[in-house]
Amino acid sequence: MDLAFFYFLLLGFAIFMYVLLDGFDLGIGILYPWFDQTGEKDHLMRSISHVWDGNETWLVFGGVILFAAFPIAYAQITSTFYLPIMLMLFALIFRGVAFEYRFKSDTSRPYWDFAFSSGSAIAAFCQGMLLGSLVQGIPVGINSMSSLHWLTPFSVLTGFAVMAGYALLAACYLFMKSRGRIQQHAAMLGKRLLVITLLAMVAVSLWTVIGQVEIRERWFSGYHFLLLSPLPILTLIAAAIAWKDLNNHATGKASTEGRPFWCAAMLFLLGFSGLVVGLFPFLLPRQLTFWEAASPDSSLLFLLPGVCIFVPLICAYTFWGYRVFAGKVEDYQEGY
Amino acid sequence: MDLDVALLSRLQFAFTVSFHIIFPSITIGLATLIAIWEGLWLKTHNPYYLQLAKFWIKPFAITFGMGVVSGIVLSYEFGTNFSKFSEITGAVLGPLMAYEVLTAFFMEAGFLGVMLFGWQRVGRKLHFFSTIVVMVGTWFSAFWIIAANSWMQTPAGYKIVNGKFEVESWMAVIFNPSMPYRLTHMVMASLITATFVVAGISAYYLLKKKNIPFAKKGLSMCMWFALVLTPVQAWIGDMHGLNVKEHQPTKLAAMEGIWPAQEENVPLLLFAMPNMKTESNDYEVGIPNLGSLILTHSWDGAVQGLKAVPPEDRPNVPLVFWSFRVMVGIGVGMIGIAFLALLLRCKGRLFENRPFLALLTLFTPTGVIAVLAGWYVVEVGRQPWIVYNLVRTADIVSPLPAERVLFTFMMFVIIYTLLLGVYLYFMRKLIKKGPPTMEVLEQQLIGMKAPGYALAWVKNLQNKAQGEK
Ligand code: HDD
Ligand code: HEM
Ligand code: HEM
Repeated sequence: MDLAFFYFLLLGFAIFMYVLLDGFDLGIGILYPWFDQTGEKDHLMRSISHVWDGNETWLVFGGVILFAAFPIAYAQITSTFYLPIMLMLFALIFRGVAFEYRFKSDTSRPYWDFAFSSGSAIAAFCQGMLLGSLVQGIPVGINSMSSLHWLTPFSVLTGFAVMAGYALLAACYLFMKSRGRIQQHAAMLGKRLLVITLLAMVAVSLWTVIGQVEIRERWFSGYHFLLLSPLPILTLIAAAIAWKDLNNHATGKASTEGRPFWCAAMLFLLGFSGLVVGLFPFLLPRQLTFWEAASPDSSLLFLLPGVCIFVPLICAYTFWGYRVFAGKVEDYQEGY
Repeated sequence: MDLDVALLSRLQFAFTVSFHIIFPSITIGLATLIAIWEGLWLKTHNPYYLQLAKFWIKPFAITFGMGVVSGIVLSYEFGTNFSKFSEITGAVLGPLMAYEVLTAFFMEAGFLGVMLFGWQRVGRKLHFFSTIVVMVGTWFSAFWIIAANSWMQTPAGYKIVNGKFEVESWMAVIFNPSMPYRLTHMVMASLITATFVVAGISAYYLLKKKNIPFAKKGLSMCMWFALVLTPVQAWIGDMHGLNVKEHQPTKLAAMEGIWPAQEENVPLLLFAMPNMKTESNDYEVGIPNLGSLILTHSWDGAVQGLKAVPPEDRPNVPLVFWSFRVMVGIGVGMIGIAFLALLLRCKGRLFENRPFLALLTLFTPTGVIAVLAGWYVVEVGRQPWIVYNLVRTADIVSPLPAERVLFTFMMFVIIYTLLLGVYLYFMRKLIKKGPPTMEVLEQQLIGMKAPGYALAWVKNLQNKAQGEK
């Protein structure tokens, strides 16, 4: 197989893992204001305090794979999106340190709560904006480094769409990990977010299809739409299952309580696939394909055994890590 | 005044990377110490080892968190601020950093959850294993990132195609000439930093007459470590210096403040104000010929000086010169302390001598200062090159609008200053609170402290039993 294509797939995998895993823990931060008592907030924090670091590592991995395999794309994307990336990093700093300090604080706790939820929300919003402006394409020209091309109505829409999606993942995660009041609340929020997320997906899809000739042709020329129709259909099915499970909540059965989360993950996977279908083979739409950006073979080959050995290993021990903390979150301080 | 993007980007990078390295230099060493204590506890069942591990794991956790959030910034800054640099060197540095993520960051993060929160969830052996994995993860991380940095200092194993680096031999890239020295020196530096942090805090407890047995154990162990580590560090540092002399003579000249293109009978300068305008030192105080002796191992060996290269190829001499003296000064001071401790121990007064304990407390942050000073020697001494003798720093900066970088730089200064304050505040709080008492430790061990957990555990057992029936 073509090496550059392999790394393109790997990059896609890394981004998807990031969106899925950090998605639910950023989402917890977005949902934070909807849970009042400190007890509930404690519970929310505790449900992710042992995994957020590993989840965020996928962001580093995505960035570094881009750097190693497609250096030109890494250089161009990160420097043209300087401000939204920096803003996202600032936000991630605040929410990251909140985990450690919140539990050790007495009087400053409200500040850490604020840092956590606003940091999560801003980081998610920035990621959505990045996505949106990347899809729209970077205007060619020297000026692009100083213009605010990434701030458009469309990118603001995608910003909110990603926030809604992350919040949905989080609500489904909480539905799986908690009991009683919190679980009910999560189910209620989850249903609303499901509707919002679907609407956002429709809006974003229509907007791109109408606004961008290339993507429209990709989807609707000839029999393409027939081939691609499983994507929207499966999306609807996944959403329907999630809705049903969230509706007759608290069955106590692990199977149905976990299912909404996997359905929400499905939604993300399908949306993401739709995006890749629209953009392939570009890393920077209509400017730079992944073949053009690829590192020389000597570098790609050197990294190959590492990827083949360690990525499965990482998935295995990440899975093990989740297993150790499987089941409902307990309401007492565990650990060190 | 016109703002200079290149200067701002460099300042921002220098600031953020300096902030970052504070935390790894503590975590690498502390992870190792915690693993040692946990292992000793499993072996000897001496509860003081458990107390040490359980106490220091808290400062470790917050330090680690700070290291993670500040590190993520760096991995993106290569592209945001130095886009040309990432394009040119991506094929070399990218895979090294990718291996760092694959073999180190994921491992640290994956097992950290169990190390911190898994005490009641996994068995003792498995917990110990998790601690070990985290420790090894921090080492691997150092290995890859130091390989990358050393390649920028002493590039090897590459060819240049269309203005970009490509790799001919990965062995030569990774084990480039300065890498073994830099790696050992840096890992030792982290061990020393952590050792002096633990020793300093233990001395503080002894001074305050709090947590006496706990503090004695920690202090005594750390002084043994220091006795071994610090002299070895000076020895490695000396070899490191000789390596610099061979591969980066201009940097060495800046470290030693040598101006003539070729100087014999080099003195060892104790004090001087290198003056880049007059190309000489003001207020020089030195020991004649000792410099030659150390650098060439002969009485009047000749060393290349700064004037051998044109002014635009010289680094900022005073900064390199003084950073070097700060690091070596602290190193010598640490050796002194380690031997003083040995002397006091022989006299049986290690835990009573108050001036010594006060001195140790003062030395708590010096490891971090020496690490920073050491890195300034390495990095500022490399200037004006970003890849030594091949690529100039001035040529690789992203063409961003300067105000934009000024804005983010100021944000970093504000946020990081705030965070450092918060970090120190919480460290102080943890230290004031002191280690968990023996009763608490015992309760945690049987899970009494955690009624919910005990209940869940019983239920789990019942379910299992039913399943088997
Ligand atoms: C000698 C050690 C050393 C050095 C020179 C550096 N780091 Fe570092 N870094 C570590 C040792 C380390 C570590 C011990 O592995 C950390 C510290 C605490 C932690 O969480 O891991 C870490 C964390 C850390 C993280 C977060 C990892 C995670 O998500 O878990 C990133 C992305 C970086 N670093 C990136 C960098 C970059 C781009 C550097 C160079 C400019 C750099 N580090 C210098
Ligand atoms: C962690 C400890 C480190 C510290 C304290 C440190 C410190 C510094 C400082 C002070 C500068 C500015 C020099 C100047 O412009 O005069 C700098 C520049 C730089 N260093 Fe490091 N450095 C460290 C590690 C690394 C590593 C591991 C790498 C790469 C793998 C690296 C890559 C760079 C780059 C790309 C620049 C920017 C360009 C420049 O200004 O030279 N540094 N560093
Ligand atoms: C006491 C004698 C010491 C000597 C002779 C010495 C020597 C050196 C030399 C020559 C360098 C620069 C290498 C270069 O520019 O490429 C260096 C760097 C460095 N030093 Fe030291 N050092 C000593 C003590 C220490 C101590 C006590 C610490 C910290 C606790 C320390 C931490 C560092 C660090 C972090 C660096 C930069 C990274 C590296 O090159 O490994 N050094 N040292």
